[in-house]
Amino acid sequence: MELLTRRYRTTQKVIGPLLFVERATRISIGEMVRIILSEGDERLGQVIEVSEEHAVIQMLEETTGVSIQDTDIYFTGSAAKAALSLDMLGRRFDGIGRPVDGLPPVLPETRSRITGSPINPVERGEPSDFIQTGLSAIDGLNTLVRGQKLPIFSASGLPAKEIAGQILRQARVVGEGERFAVVFAAIGITHREASFFIEEFERGAALHTSVLFLNLAEDPAIERLLTPRFALTTAEYLAFEHGFHVLVILTDMTNYCEALREVATAREEIPGRRGYPGYMYTDLATLYERAGCLKRRKGSITQIPIVTMPDEDITHPIPDLTGYITEGQIVLSRELHRKGVYPPIDVLPSLSRLMNLGIGAGKTREDHREASDQLYAFYAQGRDLRRVASIIGEEGLTEPDRILLKFADDFERGYIHQGDTTRSIVETLDYGWGLLRRFPRDRFTRVRPDIMEKYYGGTVKP
Amino acid sequence: MARDMRRSKMYNLVFVGEMRLMGEVIRIEDDRATIQVYEETDGLTLGGEIMDTGGPLCAELGPGLLSSIFDGIQRPLAGIAKEAGGIIPTGVTMPALDRRKRWHFTPLVEPGREIGAGDVIGTIQETASITHRVMIPTGVRGVIKEIRTGDMCLEDLVATLQDGTDIRPVQRWPVRRPRPFARKITSDAPFITGQRIIDTLFPVASGGSVIIPGGFGTGKTVLEQTLAKFARTDIIIYIGCGERGNEIAEVLTRFPGLEDPYTGHPLMDRSTLIVNTSNMPVAAREASIYTGITIGEYYRDMGYDVAILADSVSRWAEAMREISGRLEELPGEEGFPMYLASRLAAFYERAGMVECIGHGGRKGSVTVCTALSPPGGDFSEPVTQSALRVTGAMWALDTHLARRRHFPAIHWGKSFSLYRLDAWFCKNIATDWPQLRGWLMALLQKDEELQDVVQLVGPDALQDQDRVVVEMGFLIRENYLQQSPYSPEDAFCPLRKQYWMLKIFFNAYESALKELGNGRSLEEIFTTRRKVILADLKNIPGERFPEAAEEIIKGL
Repeated sequence: MELLTRRYRTTQKVIGPLLFVERATRISIGEMVRIILSEGDERLGQVIEVSEEHAVIQMLEETTGVSIQDTDIYFTGSAAKAALSLDMLGRRFDGIGRPVDGLPPVLPETRSRITGSPINPVERGEPSDFIQTGLSAIDGLNTLVRGQKLPIFSASGLPAKEIAGQILRQARVVGEGERFAVVFAAIGITHREASFFIEEFERGAALHTSVLFLNLAEDPAIERLLTPRFALTTAEYLAFEHGFHVLVILTDMTNYCEALREVATAREEIPGRRGYPGYMYTDLATLYERAGCLKRRKGSITQIPIVTMPDEDITHPIPDLTGYITEGQIVLSRELHRKGVYPPIDVLPSLSRLMNLGIGAGKTREDHREASDQLYAFYAQGRDLRRVASIIGEEGLTEPDRILLKFADDFERGYIHQGDTTRSIVETLDYGWGLLRRFPRDRFTRVRPDIMEKYYGGTVKP
Repeated sequence: MARDMRRSKMYNLVFVGEMRLMGEVIRIEDDRATIQVYEETDGLTLGGEIMDTGGPLCAELGPGLLSSIFDGIQRPLAGIAKEAGGIIPTGVTMPALDRRKRWHFTPLVEPGREIGAGDVIGTIQETASITHRVMIPTGVRGVIKEIRTGDMCLEDLVATLQDGTDIRPVQRWPVRRPRPFARKITSDAPFITGQRIIDTLFPVASGGSVIIPGGFGTGKTVLEQTLAKFARTDIIIYIGCGERGNEIAEVLTRFPGLEDPYTGHPLMDRSTLIVNTSNMPVAAREASIYTGITIGEYYRDMGYDVAILADSVSRWAEAMREISGRLEELPGEEGFPMYLASRLAAFYERAGMVECIGHGGRKGSVTVCTALSPPGGDFSEPVTQSALRVTGAMWALDTHLARRRHFPAIHWGKSFSLYRLDAWFCKNIATDWPQLRGWLMALLQKDEELQDVVQLVGPDALQDQDRVVVEMGFLIRENYLQQSPYSPEDAFCPLRKQYWMLKIFFNAYESALKELGNGRSLEEIFTTRRKVILADLKNIPGERFPEAAEEIIKGL
């Protein structure tokens, strides 16, 4: 137990999750606080504001039973830290790092501040290793690269967790023999969703190389602000101290943002768009930017956050700000889902910004970029024609347009739709060319002549 | 908030607490001052000591700026990395320019010469492509007593004046104050980018300013980076303001290997990067824009053409909003402070072509190209609207174009340029340039109208003449307006090649109409062979024009 703890009983007011404590001295922002209720109950809190009048403490747990009179506040003198050790692999913790699998706490090898420090951009390694997810819509068109942060934009009722689960099971990197780990942060998700992921881990037999942080829907909302930070601190430890390639899944970031709004409102801050605080962009950036690789370290952190778009609105502040920070997004579509396409990835609004770093000769195949661009162009034209066709009927279209229309359908049912199977990158690319060959040569606008010669002309046949 | 600060001045630079966090005074009330700290405040306690440096945040200006990478308050990131490894610890300070590096100084003036602010007294070869002109700082005037030559560090004296003033090759300038110039000049020359849609349709004058608004995924960053590589200018200042760390890593990995297309020297020789990624402290992000433009103005004062590429100004405005929110100022539209428009105007007005102060009548320019990230891709938001009022051009990036992988996703219907540069193009490229440009604009306009009809009733309902427009529109959109930054032949398109490509498209259109008049069908006119020729134009190297063009026009 820390010797320097200081006890106060000067709580002046309680508003929502916030405690205002008077006359507290020598406390610092970010310091962890223990709050002892009259019945001896202990709860955790964190200092978020210091002024001459009072210190503002954010309770990480329920405020039920907190009274002004007989609540003891202990300042621990240290910022929130995660106890880190390799023994964490295979373990399950709550949202603030306390074990929930019935086993004793881990013996820490080191403790790190969960807020982290920004990576010096000069020291960042350029992400360049292709990750094969086995899903054509991602591998072929929106390639995931090691060190990238690529969120899945979902909506309620769409199979985001199934896709994340499938990626967990299937993800492979060219050049094996390296150590992998998964850090999973459940942020305010239901018990059902959490058990889905746990089963998924067991199914893939990856449980012993994963660390789970579970803040479920019934857990305190404020704890959600710390859960991803504990997860990312653990990921950084595994990646940069022990050379693991870590895949971090954060689900669901929408719940995180709701918690952020709750605290901001309690602090009576001036709200920004739709009541979310003005600093939400900066706050989200301090999480998402913790993905990447370092030049002089072996490991890497790849993030797949899941964002539920409220009302399927991609311009809602949560997906909007996320999209401005992350390196692309995978967008799920209700329309495709209804058609029975799985994974229902709408490739048009989806994007991987780091795709170019991970593809091409030597990594995937030389035709990858151009074949992908061409598929995009034809599919976009085909989708436009659907609208025309629904007004004037398919018969009113010219022959080339009918081919485009048919292509768009086949593309969705064949290329995007693949069910619970995995495809290698070569299979994905060849499948794409199979779909493209129906177009006469002069329709191609994105492919260089030599690539056309080799793949369209048919020296390489699937 | 700090006490006993009665003697402090607004925007003075201070160090706070034991950790010596850097900050700035942003409000004074009686003896209390509010300090905005540039760094993470975790661990900051009450009652910490404040040290006032007595002056505002200054940029250090001197040789060594080029090919360097700084954060928003001009700390050298490479230097910090050497000392602290992969992360940026709080409270770290370091001079912006390397004090140990030796530079060769060549004097240009003799002792006894009377000099004043802005006069060049000598040169230092800063990089292979840029000669650094050592200027007399503002406020200094006198007669040179002694001037040295040879290798020296930044702290060494290069000259002494008769009144005892020492001149060093490095000077400081408060970043929030524009550097002085003799007068502004209206420029009639374009800022050449090598991007067809920009140079042909929406050119910006050198010394102009342009905004590039676009929702996420519309290619702002790729476009800014393309400009950084290919823009025809002497100096590039790239400001990554609230950018993604991995994208910066890409820039940092790729740039050193790239060549300047004009001089053949490494691209980094003419570039300074200012990087404040989105997870680095927000106050330093607010300062980064000013740091960048101050360095830009410094090189402008030497007589160079400078391009400021900032990505993105919206993040800067948001940083301002965050700080204003913390100060509990009355918010304006969307929570932005009331002074948003005036701050934006003051920033964009620092662009321009000027006659520099000092002898010799040097001319320099600062061109400002800024990306904006409007929330939800909606251009009606306050930052875009305020910026629009003070800039001369907009390259509007369109989500629909981006989704179909039409890059650069600059929408020709929504973009504009107020700069009148036809005279320059007539004189330097071809006299019929304005006509061709007008034809292209009209064709695209007509094509867009017809597309609405096609969406409703299908292409067959159009008259044959209109179908020629639609067909040409398609070919031009695919093969002229689009340009791939990854294709070696096409990434940079010289003006001469642009002219000839346009001319070929124009000829193809005219002859299509003529053939149509002669009773030929559309299928006979737009043959596969012709389409392939038009599609391949972009891959013909620029130096093969105009010879290649004549051949092609004959062939069609």
